[in-house]
Amino acid sequence: MFDVLVIGGGHAGCEAACAAARRGARTVLVTYRSDDLGQMSCNPSIGGVGKGHLVREVDAMGGIMAIAADRAAIHRRMLNASKGSAVRGPRVQADRRAYRLAIQSLVAASGVEVMEGEVSSLRFSGTGVDGVELSDGLFVSARTVIVTTGTFLAATMFRGDERWAGGRQGSNAANRLGAQVRELGLAQGRLKTGTPPRLDGRTIDWAATQPQPSDGVAWNMALAGNDAPLPQLACAITRTNVRSHEVIRRGLESSPLFSGSIEGRGPRYCPSIEDKVHRFGERDGHQVFLEPEGINDHLVYPNGISTSLARDVQQDLVRSIVGLERAEIVQFGYAVEYEFADPRRLDASLQHRDVPGLYFAGQINGTTGYEEASAQGLVAGLNAAAESIGLVAAHFDRGESYIGVMVDDLTLQGVTEPYRMLTARSEYRLYLRADNAVTRLGPMAIELGTLRGPQETLVRSHLEGKAKASAALAQLVSGEQLGVADKARKPLFEWVRRDDLMDSVRSMLPSSPAVDEAIDDAVYAPYLHRQRVELAVRQRDRETAIPGDFDFASVPGMSTEMQERFIAASPADLDQASRIAGVTPAALSALHFALARRAA
Amino acid sequence: MALGAGDTIVALSSGRPPAAIAVVRTSGPRASALAQQVAGSLPPARQATLRRLIDPTDGNIIDDALVIRFAGPHSATGEDVVEYQCHGGRATVDALIAVLVRESGVRLAEPGEFTRRALANGRLDLTEAEGLADLLAAETDLQRRSAMVRAGGGLRVRLDRWREQLLSLSARAEVAIDYADEEDGSLDNDLSGALGDLSTEIRMLAESPRVEPLRDGIRVVLAGPPNAGKSSLLNALVQAERAIVTPIAGTTRDVIEVPVSISGIPFVLVDTAGLHESDDEVEAIGIARARQETSSADILLWLGAAEATPVHERLIVLLPKSDIPRDEASNHALPVSSHTGQGIPELSTKLVGLALKLLPRKDEIALVRRERDLLAEASDALARAASLTDPVLVAEELRVARTAIDRIAGRAGVEDLLDTLFGRFCLGK
Repeated sequence: MFDVLVIGGGHAGCEAACAAARRGARTVLVTYRSDDLGQMSCNPSIGGVGKGHLVREVDAMGGIMAIAADRAAIHRRMLNASKGSAVRGPRVQADRRAYRLAIQSLVAASGVEVMEGEVSSLRFSGTGVDGVELSDGLFVSARTVIVTTGTFLAATMFRGDERWAGGRQGSNAANRLGAQVRELGLAQGRLKTGTPPRLDGRTIDWAATQPQPSDGVAWNMALAGNDAPLPQLACAITRTNVRSHEVIRRGLESSPLFSGSIEGRGPRYCPSIEDKVHRFGERDGHQVFLEPEGINDHLVYPNGISTSLARDVQQDLVRSIVGLERAEIVQFGYAVEYEFADPRRLDASLQHRDVPGLYFAGQINGTTGYEEASAQGLVAGLNAAAESIGLVAAHFDRGESYIGVMVDDLTLQGVTEPYRMLTARSEYRLYLRADNAVTRLGPMAIELGTLRGPQETLVRSHLEGKAKASAALAQLVSGEQLGVADKARKPLFEWVRRDDLMDSVRSMLPSSPAVDEAIDDAVYAPYLHRQRVELAVRQRDRETAIPGDFDFASVPGMSTEMQERFIAASPADLDQASRIAGVTPAALSALHFALARRAA
Repeated sequence: MALGAGDTIVALSSGRPPAAIAVVRTSGPRASALAQQVAGSLPPARQATLRRLIDPTDGNIIDDALVIRFAGPHSATGEDVVEYQCHGGRATVDALIAVLVRESGVRLAEPGEFTRRALANGRLDLTEAEGLADLLAAETDLQRRSAMVRAGGGLRVRLDRWREQLLSLSARAEVAIDYADEEDGSLDNDLSGALGDLSTEIRMLAESPRVEPLRDGIRVVLAGPPNAGKSSLLNALVQAERAIVTPIAGTTRDVIEVPVSISGIPFVLVDTAGLHESDDEVEAIGIARARQETSSADILLWLGAAEATPVHERLIVLLPKSDIPRDEASNHALPVSSHTGQGIPELSTKLVGLALKLLPRKDEIALVRRERDLLAEASDALARAASLTDPVLVAEELRVARTAIDRIAGRAGVEDLLDTLFGRFCLGK
């Protein structure tokens, strides 16, 4: 009997299993091939704006993604480096093989048992889940089960006129499990995603492209740092042109996207190249980022030309691009249409509301991206462990973390297109920074005991450093001490808001990440104050809980349409209820008083 | 409009002054300490005690009032509550409230906030609140609709357009943040022109006529030195003996308000104490109030010397007692005589002319204070955004502006809804 059983060895599954193990749960991860753990099935990069924030948060909770990303990093880029620190997004290109090996060694070190096999069905006892059955007939019993099957549920792949079943190429589709998930009423609809053709880097004319070097400053994703960094490679930029677009337009008739074969909705923020050409017909070109997939790997990922056009069209398209005139395609691009489970049926721990012990994390919940998957895996893993061995649940608040923002968005609003983290999704963006993830989540990680020894030491020392830096910024200093004609004595955190005094203030303090973070706090302080007031207001609504068995249909004076909106979203409190799209003030007031009556 | 729950709140809980007695109520953690400061010492709980209210900063007397203290949780709101029953002149009430809210942690109550605290602290019978809620929910919706259909939907059309504009500006700011590494992320980062224009446009509506003058009457303040003939003029305008008119300088010691309708337009004529330095303590208070009234006037009638004319947006300079021959004559002043009635019709015409500019025209959007405040909030945020360069801060200010515009249309969260909902309760109930 396992405490936690994880189905799937992708980014959500690995993170979930390790998180559960860190909390002391006896954990097993079931996957087709243990060799595939940590496989990056799409672009070889980790992080970015919003996504990088998630990676840092997962790291602050003791997760594995950031550590693996550092070990595999062959190119670093701090996005928005010239903008406010709140939106700086760390991103690395990872050596695909090194990343996979790093994840596998981290999983192995975590005490998670890895079992090879195909889960054919979930098994239930009473109202809850009690294990899974494998396709060879073996039954594995577990108190909790986390489903992280990504696009593997009833996935279909498309390329031109070609169709084939399967999620990632070369794997079996988990169709039996998919049927069961559908029977449970979890299936929501279909989404679509895609991937570009992979190129042989040796056939690219790099001199014709614009190089994009790695950042000069060696920063890390993980707080732990990395003592064996890989050599850094450059990426390169080229672009499509009018001729490429001609090729695409001519090839559209063979496109499953435009012939109506694919019904699922694709992400607006990550469209296929045929979509871009179709929607922005007036553009004479679109950027293509050439990203090396590894140090000892010739594969190059041309980010920006995701496509499901026929092979010959893909070939012509690639060859029309400057620098790629003689490029060889190693693997053609394709689109995947897959089923996802409605995340609105999950609670804030990603547990199914009606099936105790059953958790869902990752792309199956309608998200896209490794980072989003990993962060959900963390939430499900920490909470499944808590559920099965009787520990405190891990609750992530949207005012405290992007993890909280994502879980709240998913479980409350659901998804209509693949969900990707964007900083615009947070109302508290100036506080939820990549650089203060440890300050925001470290105390919770310590409290829940999710950190291993050395990691806990690092978190504690960062928290102490931050406290010291904040105290140093509180000291009163006259303007004259900072070199301006102002006798007034004010705390340094006020002076530092003046652009012209930033450098003088910095020079009075030691140089450390904790000091940088405290200075950012000071710079944003007036905004943070306003956001804290908003949060406090919201807090009161949050205290008005809506019981799980609350009958929205019994609320007097509420229209059927409003009842349906509430029932679909199953808000946990009045604050969530107020944020459901389309809900009217009248319906909310009716709800508010029905809750008050019930509480009385 | 964000509320800090720990604040002490103040409101006039009786009807609108002038009245014989006004009840000013305070509730919250600072209520008792405030009473101690203003009333000298803390009266025993639940006993009406006569106290002289003094402005603690300058020692000036505000009024003699009955002070009643209710210690929480056994009070209407469940918090410490102190009530001040003072004289019901507007100036007295305003002065008291001004002194109270000057303290930190003390502010004016939002509409219905006393009731809301009572509900939050379990002091209000929930079945009672629920009974009201059915009614209130309907009213809220009606109010929202009425705001939306006001002036033939003109407000909604504008709000929708601004919302679109704000969303599009936000999108331009956001793309620079979330798509920094892509071509579109580096396009047109300079939004300041568009932000400034939108700020100005919203500001113009925020400064358009209010509903309140129509409801409460346009405040016409008569000001000038003692014995300038303010009370006589007021009487001539009302054609009724409402103010005490005597030839002794300094008779009108308090502020007198007289509602009157001229050509169907509601006015409130306000007679102030003469503006001069006085040793008489009571009169000194009257003068202080007069200064305050002058600044809160919609229209100011000046009956003093031309060189001492105060600055005011809508000013009518009068040459009073025009029946008494005198040497100097002002070119600009309108000669009036309460005695002969000379100039009174012209003055009425002038008042009506100015009033029409203050009141909304039939086809114009009239806003309640809440809407104006929110529009001003949006406009201010956009003005700040226009001067910022960090796209993150620009986006943050745009978010503030968007939230403000959304709140007017009733699209925002429960808090805003409850503000509206409980705003239907009588203030201070």
